[in-house]
Amino acid sequence: MARNISMRQAINEALDQEMTRDPSVFIMGEDIAGGAGGQGEDDAWGGPLGVTKGLFHKHPGRVLDTPLSESAFVGAAIGAAACGMRPVAELMFLDFMGVCFDQMFNQAAKFKYMFGGKAQTPVVIRGMVGAGFRAAAQHSQMLTPLFTHIPGLKVVCPSNAYDAKGLLIQSIRDNDPVIFCEHKVLYPHESDVPAESYAIPFGEANVVREGKDATIVTYGMMVHRSMDAAKELAKSGIEVEVIDLRTLSPIDMDTVLDSVERTGRLVCVDEATPRCSIAADVSAVVSQEAFKALKSGIQMVTPPHVPVPFSPTLEDLYIPTADTIAKAVRKTMAN
Amino acid sequence: MSDPRIVPIVMPKWGLSMKEGTLTSWLVQPGKDIKAGEPILEVETDKIAGEFQSTDSGLLRRAVGIVGTTYPVKALLGVLAPPEVPDSAIDEYVAGFVMPVAGEDDEDSGPKYEWADTSLGKVRYAKRGESGDAVILIHGFGGDLDNWLFNIDALAEKNTVYALDLPGHGQSTKNLPNPSLNVLTKSVSEFMKEAGITSAHVVGHSMGGAIAMQLAADDPSKVKTMSLICSAGLGPEFGTYVSDYVAAEGRRDLKPVLEMLFADKSLVSRQLVDDVLKYKRLDGVEPALKALAEALFGGNKQHDLPVKAVANRAGDTQIIWGKEDQIIPVAHANNFPGAKVHVLESAGHMVFMEKANDVNALLKGHFGA
Repeated sequence: MARNISMRQAINEALDQEMTRDPSVFIMGEDIAGGAGGQGEDDAWGGPLGVTKGLFHKHPGRVLDTPLSESAFVGAAIGAAACGMRPVAELMFLDFMGVCFDQMFNQAAKFKYMFGGKAQTPVVIRGMVGAGFRAAAQHSQMLTPLFTHIPGLKVVCPSNAYDAKGLLIQSIRDNDPVIFCEHKVLYPHESDVPAESYAIPFGEANVVREGKDATIVTYGMMVHRSMDAAKELAKSGIEVEVIDLRTLSPIDMDTVLDSVERTGRLVCVDEATPRCSIAADVSAVVSQEAFKALKSGIQMVTPPHVPVPFSPTLEDLYIPTADTIAKAVRKTMAN
Repeated sequence: MSDPRIVPIVMPKWGLSMKEGTLTSWLVQPGKDIKAGEPILEVETDKIAGEFQSTDSGLLRRAVGIVGTTYPVKALLGVLAPPEVPDSAIDEYVAGFVMPVAGEDDEDSGPKYEWADTSLGKVRYAKRGESGDAVILIHGFGGDLDNWLFNIDALAEKNTVYALDLPGHGQSTKNLPNPSLNVLTKSVSEFMKEAGITSAHVVGHSMGGAIAMQLAADDPSKVKTMSLICSAGLGPEFGTYVSDYVAAEGRRDLKPVLEMLFADKSLVSRQLVDDVLKYKRLDGVEPALKALAEALFGGNKQHDLPVKAVANRAGDTQIIWGKEDQIIPVAHANNFPGAKVHVLESAGHMVFMEKANDVNALLKGHFGA
């Protein structure tokens, strides 16, 4: 039965249903229960934004508050995964991945390859990404390009509650390490979500809007900004196709190329900073594989190459808007 | 107060999720005398396109809806009124038309879906209308009760209409161990008991038609009449649709499979494909469908031919087929000797969607007064 629920609830439900289905699934992270070592309620926080609230009492012993040491508990999660468990570690802000590079990039991502396919590492690292939350430069980045760069990791960034639930369930069932990027601004965003469990396969982009004039390729929160731009452009007769990549590794370039071959115009919208970004990656592949289909130069819409500003005014200027996206589309239409 | 002789034509609501529709063409011009049931305009929603038939009779005085424009459900598209109503009154009516608040009506009409307990688990159904004989609509393999979006309200004018999701389908239980035609038929029989239906006109599409026949064979008193639409159970030949449907894993594989259902392939919208994918990806659906497909249609042959057991019901039976059906051969329409047969042009397996007005008229005629 489908109901309208928020992305926050959808993530909670995915964790709950997978822990119920599979006893090897457990979750760990800073304050994901939130009462460890204190005098009060054990389930005090349910994560800094309440995403894991309620799971502590439902799954006794399987919701673990960790010390404030990402290096240690992400390493522990990877070790548990290598030994047959399916841990989901919450990194709170995925910006903190910096102190887990060796564990994730040099160990988890490599095991399958270095042990001749005999080792599996079914670990999920989930946490918040993205700007717009007034959380300053160290808690607001979109580091998807960094994760996507490493072979052996899978990278997911949902734009809505339905995808968040199905992709998180797939992440948990997947036998490879997955980095699951949750845009903090989208937690309250609601959509129709079945109460039943379901998995969405990786590497399948979603065409969220069909159009014949230009293609926008994007993911995460930028899907919503791109849809706003598409609605605005439709008023002047420009019909834009909007593709939500959903997973960045693996990436569904077939859907992108099919679309660009029809529209002949491409705008890549990425909340990550411009250098070596998802936008740059998609642009490069399209210009290599579908150059002859292009009627005009590819446009990229990204923030500037600077850290996310703390000043609210500057932060709002930093994040690409529907207006900037619409302008980029018009630019591709100019010739 | 507006003139009671003025009757509005508004954007219809097809199916429970429809919020807006695009007026794609007017089939009549102002000045035309319209009869209730006459197709007057074409509407496209994110799910499907179709003809809208007028619910009222009268002279079309004004076509307010502009072709190519998207309107919310219940927005004013046209005005019916007798010739003696002055133009000024119609202008006033159009200018003063207030669209009923969205959702208000939905709440008045009570719960959208209802649930019945069967031995397999919960079965979802919709009920429309309060009068006349009961009618049960049974969808086909991989379908659900929303397949009847163009039929359920039209049929509910003179009957009490029930449409259900079979076990393994839609939002009903996905618990379907050892599936067979008998198991599905038993679940319909149990649903009837739970919903308090002692006998009904049974309308079955495709696999649902085989279920209708099996129901009539098992317990003749439950079935007043049968309407079999592009029905299974009439002959062994069967296309690859079910095996292709089960095998399709993504939009790319699924779209051409769903296109087999319609004579007009453009009816298969992105939303339709997405909705089927969402259903197929629910835990439990894949194994349930696989087992069901194997039991009923393994090797692309129909294994159950309940028509043999209901030959005596030919007088109560009509068969409706889309001439361009790619799933089950249209020749099977003649495999029920004595039954009335209607083959409709330019329609495929989903004839009751593609030619909804014609099929609704045939069904109403068959149910009788």
